[in-house]
Amino acid sequence: MSELKQELKEKIIEQLNLEDVAIEEIKDTDPLFGEGLGLDSIDALELIVMLDKDYGIKLADPKEGKKIFESVETMAGYIAEHRSR
Amino acid sequence: MKKSVYINSVGSVSAQKTFDNSHFLEDIFNHNDTVLSIIAPDYREYIPPAAARRMAKGIKMSTVSAKTAMTEAALEENEIDAIIVGTGLGCIGDSEKFVIDIIDNDEQFLTPTRFIQSSHNTVAGQIALGMGCKGHNFTYVHSVISFESAVLDAKMQLENDEANHILVGGVDELVDHHVDTHRLIGHIKQEAVETMAVLSSGTQGAVFSEGAHFFVLSNEKRPSCYAELLAVETYNTLSQDEVSEKVALFLSKNKFTLDTVDVVILGNNGDVEFDGYYNELAKGIFKNTCQAYFKHLSGEFDTASGFGFWLANQILKHQYVPKAVRLNSVETTSPKTILIYNQYRGENHSLTLLRKC
Repeated sequence: MSELKQELKEKIIEQLNLEDVAIEEIKDTDPLFGEGLGLDSIDALELIVMLDKDYGIKLADPKEGKKIFESVETMAGYIAEHRSR
Repeated sequence: MKKSVYINSVGSVSAQKTFDNSHFLEDIFNHNDTVLSIIAPDYREYIPPAAARRMAKGIKMSTVSAKTAMTEAALEENEIDAIIVGTGLGCIGDSEKFVIDIIDNDEQFLTPTRFIQSSHNTVAGQIALGMGCKGHNFTYVHSVISFESAVLDAKMQLENDEANHILVGGVDELVDHHVDTHRLIGHIKQEAVETMAVLSSGTQGAVFSEGAHFFVLSNEKRPSCYAELLAVETYNTLSQDEVSEKVALFLSKNKFTLDTVDVVILGNNGDVEFDGYYNELAKGIFKNTCQAYFKHLSGEFDTASGFGFWLANQILKHQYVPKAVRLNSVETTSPKTILIYNQYRGENHSLTLLRKC
């Protein structure tokens, strides 16, 4: 699981162009949206595409995203449980 | 009665250090290449990191250039009635990436950011979003007269009192695929050329580059005013033999003569195949006029004439023609009227006339 969390942090920084953010600055439980990393709705779409492309997870209900994308920890947990690749 | 149109401020990001309006070509950056990148400002001084992370280079350049022009004009953002941009290729960097993603991923997994930024009007839209400007927002895409088309639209709106202040600009960015294809077809010079040797290279093709130039045009003269915009005309096709006649006609229509032009700025890019158009004027009707050129400094791109427009404004404000842009030895002590002539590969010609204000 810790490898997956590390991988997710790298992908988030790369795909969302968070040039000024270092991997070690993202704590597993930091909120991704709002106060934490400050991601927005376009980032949410980027993350949904990433789940589909890299882990074979299609979110049937976009409302699920709110809970899944709460933090790196919640993302990793969901991916570990539902991934097909 | 038509109102006069004034250029109240300028902003530039180019292959020279032009982003700082307190300097006017005092130090020339000597490139030695076939493709020139811009001398970038520290974007963090102009754009919050959270906003910058999704911006393509063209948007960043334009944002800096537009903010510089807005600051100099000392206008509140809500005083801008319209934003009009000219661009040959728009945000081609993200367009390329978006198309590559489509191909690589078999039309699946397309991300929103590149799609949002892949259209030509992204720059005008992003600037408007940043400023909260809900007014007229338009982008002209017409090869090397894209910038002039934007200026012409703004001029007509201001003259007819449909707007009071308009932010007008031109932008194009360099990307690998564009460079590769133009190198392949010989539109880019084969060998590197030093900045001050571009015109004497004696070879085909041009030195390519990129840049963003923005200006606040108004129908009222502000303390920061650079010049009055008198006329702009564009011509899709012109033969070399017709250029002198068109220039004389253009001046005559605007009640000027050849003798009343103090400086003529020409868009020579050192391509032996097409510089003849400029030489026709330089060695003909303007042989006794002070001549300047700029593409050795700015490089060639669809909206490079924005640099020429910036240069004309700076000359009129500072009242001298810098040595680095002098094309001949004819002196002018207090330039009042400047004519800019530009074309690329014999097509899309433009004439722009400015007067000291």
